[in-house]
Amino acid sequence: MAIIEVSNLTKRYGERIVVEDVTFAVEPGEIFGVIGRNGAGKTTTVECISGLRTPDSGTIRVLGNDPQHDPAPLRRLVGVQLQESALQDKITVREAVDLFASFYPDPARPAQLIDELGLAASAKTQYAKLSGGQKQRLSIALALVGNPKIAILDELTTGLDPQARRDTWQLISQVRDRGVTILLVTHFMDEAERLCDRIAVIHGGRVAALDTPANLTAQVAAGQVLRFRTSSPADLAALRSLPSVTSVEDQDQELTVAGTQEALPQVITELSRQQLVPLNLRVDQANLDDAFIVLTGERA
Amino acid sequence: MNTHLLRSEFRLYFRDIAAIIFGLLLSPLILIILGAIPSFREAKPELGGQSVIALYVPTMIIMAIAMVAISTMPVQLALYRERGILRRLSTTPVRPKDLLLAQAAVQFAVLLMGSLAVLLLGWVAFGVALPGNPAAFALIYILCVAAMFGIGLMLASVSGSKTAQGIGSAVFFPLMFFAGLWVPVKVMPEALRTISSFTPLGAGVQALQDSAIGQWPQLLHIGVLLVWTALAWIGAIRMFRWS
Repeated sequence: MAIIEVSNLTKRYGERIVVEDVTFAVEPGEIFGVIGRNGAGKTTTVECISGLRTPDSGTIRVLGNDPQHDPAPLRRLVGVQLQESALQDKITVREAVDLFASFYPDPARPAQLIDELGLAASAKTQYAKLSGGQKQRLSIALALVGNPKIAILDELTTGLDPQARRDTWQLISQVRDRGVTILLVTHFMDEAERLCDRIAVIHGGRVAALDTPANLTAQVAAGQVLRFRTSSPADLAALRSLPSVTSVEDQDQELTVAGTQEALPQVITELSRQQLVPLNLRVDQANLDDAFIVLTGERA
Repeated sequence: MNTHLLRSEFRLYFRDIAAIIFGLLLSPLILIILGAIPSFREAKPELGGQSVIALYVPTMIIMAIAMVAISTMPVQLALYRERGILRRLSTTPVRPKDLLLAQAAVQFAVLLMGSLAVLLLGWVAFGVALPGNPAAFALIYILCVAAMFGIGLMLASVSGSKTAQGIGSAVFFPLMFFAGLWVPVKVMPEALRTISSFTPLGAGVQALQDSAIGQWPQLLHIGVLLVWTALAWIGAIRMFRWS
């Protein structure tokens, strides 16, 4: 049975529809990713799941409870890391973790958690004096200190340096191994690819795709991705009409063309018909990044 | 009340030098300065045989209440909302209102210490008698705190911390004028004294002064305080936003 069920979720801010008819289910013990561009509706979706916002329509069940009407048990069982962590300036790391631990019936050991998150050296540092990365790790600690069944993590590694990101991924994997289900919001594709068992791609407030990272990649871009510049603007419509090409993205004059194994010769031929030469041409096997660009390339 | 939050708020309060000065030290300090003026310590027939400093003891207590209630506390509460601290708490088993309660309890406790310090200082240093009617004094004190905390909560409701600070200061000076901070209410012209009786702090200071010399306060002043308390709390409860 699913541990989080979202059905036909819709949320408007005034006239603007931010989340439209979103449906997905998260299975116990998995790391479920929600990815999408800025403003796609990811955060609003998880805020509805955390009970911080009231959906306009649709139903949400978390561990069988409705976060709107029966929030009390969920507050004990769901740990939430908000996009912006929020604490008093003068509270120290240790005090904050101890304080939050006191809110829960069966908390983790604060000292151990602080250690696992690499905060031992700054345990006595006041919140206002922490670096961005330390604040981020503290906010992860506060989400986990209640020994939750579900952890909702929004923009987990934003502001962390590469080493800290890797350490955090390691920690999240360990947390999952203890049986915690994780709902992860991110816009980092490497993070989603590395951590998530399944991913919902949110675009324009809707679920554009939902699958494992490998299947998402295969589904939209089985084959290769070509990246190049052209000496003058290319006729994108002609490129798109090639049978082997599945998508063409133009970002600051750099073209990203995804397609099958035949894409390379066909694209080169088409370009020379347009009397263009591909510059700085790179050919990659498709990854989640490419799948994401294809899935969110056009307005829904 | 969540005792962990309460302890935490207490600890944090005493890390903030500005809060300690305004909540705890400023009123006793001003009393010392005023008390250092010899003529202020003499009994004056036009003040009903009281000294100026004896009138200033209740005024300083009122000032401490006003400072905490319409400056320190609303700014703190608005900050807790602005920063998302209330929102963060709302995802835990603890309710955001527990933090507001803990914060108010800390502010009240510190205020009480400051007020006792003013009373003791007036008594020990300047020979001002302790309140002659302690029950009335305590009752009026509580009423003043209730009215002013309500007004402060209203300030924290309508605005962000910066605006709360601005409005707080703008409200503080007229309220304190009518509480006799610059000219004791007893020597104000009739018209001003009447206006004073209808302001929360004017009514409060006059009622405290009456209690200090052993009388029961006027019903008018008690009534005015009750009305302000009711209005402020109804307003605050209606207007308060959690995020």
